[in-house]
Amino acid sequence: MPVSLKDVDHIALLARLGLTDGERAALRDDLESILGYIGKLETLDTTGIEATAHVIDLETPLRDDVVRNPEDADAMVGNAPDRDRTYLRVPKIIE
Amino acid sequence: MIRNGPRLRPGAGSSGRASSRKTSMNLSDPASFTIATARSALDRRELSATELTRAVLDRVARIEPTLHALLAVTESRALADAAAADARLGRGESGALLGIPVVLKDIFATRGIPTTCASRILEGFVPPYDSDAAERLARAGSVLIGKANLDEFAMGSSNENSAYGITRNPWDPERVPGGSSGGSAAAVAAGECLASLGTDTGGSIRLPASYCGLVGLKPTYGRVSRYGVIAYASSLDQVGPFAWTVADVAAVLGVIAGHDPRDSTSVPRPVPDYGAALTGDVRGLRIGIPREYFADGIAPDVERATRDAIGVLEGSGARIVEIGLPHTEYAIATYYLVATAEASSNLARYDGVRFGLRRASAGDSLVDMYRHTRDAGFGAEVKRRILLGTYALSAGYYDAYYLKALQVRTLIRRDFLQAFEHCDVIAAPTAPTTAFRLGEKVSDPLAMYLSDIFTTSVNLAGLPGLSVPCGFDRDGLPIGLQLIAPAFAEETALRVGDAYQRATQWHLRRPAESTGNAPGTTA
Repeated sequence: MPVSLKDVDHIALLARLGLTDGERAALRDDLESILGYIGKLETLDTTGIEATAHVIDLETPLRDDVVRNPEDADAMVGNAPDRDRTYLRVPKIIE
Repeated sequence: MIRNGPRLRPGAGSSGRASSRKTSMNLSDPASFTIATARSALDRRELSATELTRAVLDRVARIEPTLHALLAVTESRALADAAAADARLGRGESGALLGIPVVLKDIFATRGIPTTCASRILEGFVPPYDSDAAERLARAGSVLIGKANLDEFAMGSSNENSAYGITRNPWDPERVPGGSSGGSAAAVAAGECLASLGTDTGGSIRLPASYCGLVGLKPTYGRVSRYGVIAYASSLDQVGPFAWTVADVAAVLGVIAGHDPRDSTSVPRPVPDYGAALTGDVRGLRIGIPREYFADGIAPDVERATRDAIGVLEGSGARIVEIGLPHTEYAIATYYLVATAEASSNLARYDGVRFGLRRASAGDSLVDMYRHTRDAGFGAEVKRRILLGTYALSAGYYDAYYLKALQVRTLIRRDFLQAFEHCDVIAAPTAPTTAFRLGEKVSDPLAMYLSDIFTTSVNLAGLPGLSVPCGFDRDGLPIGLQLIAPAFAEETALRVGDAYQRATQWHLRRPAESTGNAPGTTA
């Protein structure tokens, strides 16, 4: 499965990853080799086999709609790298 | 229920050594303790939790500069925990882990204690809450010694992917401890604690247990709460313990297992008395040997030790049956699609907005800021897996890769369900080789991935897997026997592992460093 630098750039954008030129080339090679190995799955006929996304038979559990966290917004956002009181500050998103 | 010390067969070579340890605890060598021997000394008031904790902290101070198993030593917390445990012991209380020094992999959120997941992107992150496992360990009166090193975001098989430096293997400082819970394993093996917790997504408990000569258990998916455990691949991740003996691991499991409404995948099932399952009796138990696990690529010493271990169990009265797990060869490919797809989604939360690192230049847009932050914050392996997972989920490739992997996952799971119609437990090697050298596989991601060839299927099927020391190779490196049981049949795997330890003495060996001699190494 050949992977181009254009492919790498496309998925890096989807994944919101910035990459240096050295990283782009190395990751292209790694992806190609890993996908080559993964290609062995193509040799298996899986027609009609259901997909297993997870292994336990649990219904989505629901709880009562009541607030359980203590009111402590400051602690909740205390790890934010840039904030104004309990607001998180990000670069401008509207021109 | 915990037994008092390792039980040895009458006339066994080192039984005198083990019993003399029990009565005269050697505080200069905490690796000589098990939870069971410490429990007995604490309950008889021959030893205080504070003395034990100070001995462990001294050991940490002596060897950490070389070993680097820990990212943080929580000394004041440890001494406070120990004093609290002594007060409880003084009131006549006891409990499986009361006063026992433990270490948590730095993937468990700990209130007020930095939690990094060995990533630059979580630098400075101090959780405002405790993970369920941390909470349960604290409630049980254990003593928190520190947070263990790991492969960044639990992605790796050697601990070399940590952003904060490598961890060495206590048996040979030039080798890896295994990963991703390598720090948790090395900490126990070097006597920095008596038990530790790790997480296992594709082998991350069992592989380091095997490489470090310990018992390590990955419980059934859903058995232990993941609340407050930083997510890697949510359909696979599970929490589990490391210790020297199966009895010790059973004791820790009894504390951490159980339903937690804060984790929607935590299963509401009663927690059995795991200690009571350790009867020593395996007569008539059917042990399945998967022929695919003894194929090409397995080191001769590993194959010999595994077959010898199976022979010991047969000698104890178990019945050996050959079984097939025909889709074994597809497990690694399936795992690396499922795990990376889930990781690409889970790691989207590291965006430089709510916690951890932010990198931005003047004039950066929001997307630029995300990309700069994630480029600076993630290491090479994390980027590789995010890209692979994003690729597998992206338009045009979803059916060919992700959906295909989920279908093969069904086939792998069916293999086990069919095998368990013919046996009660499966025995196989934990890993094809013993611990490899530092640096040996860092430049070849695929070779690194193949270290997990015997462990990933168990996660894909959601089953419990136990690794038990079963010998040493020609270089003196530990070998692990893997025991795989049906879902929620931890008791069966533990019973077999314990019976094996009663019949053998591998678990009594300690690395040379644990005698207190400085390791001859170049740091």
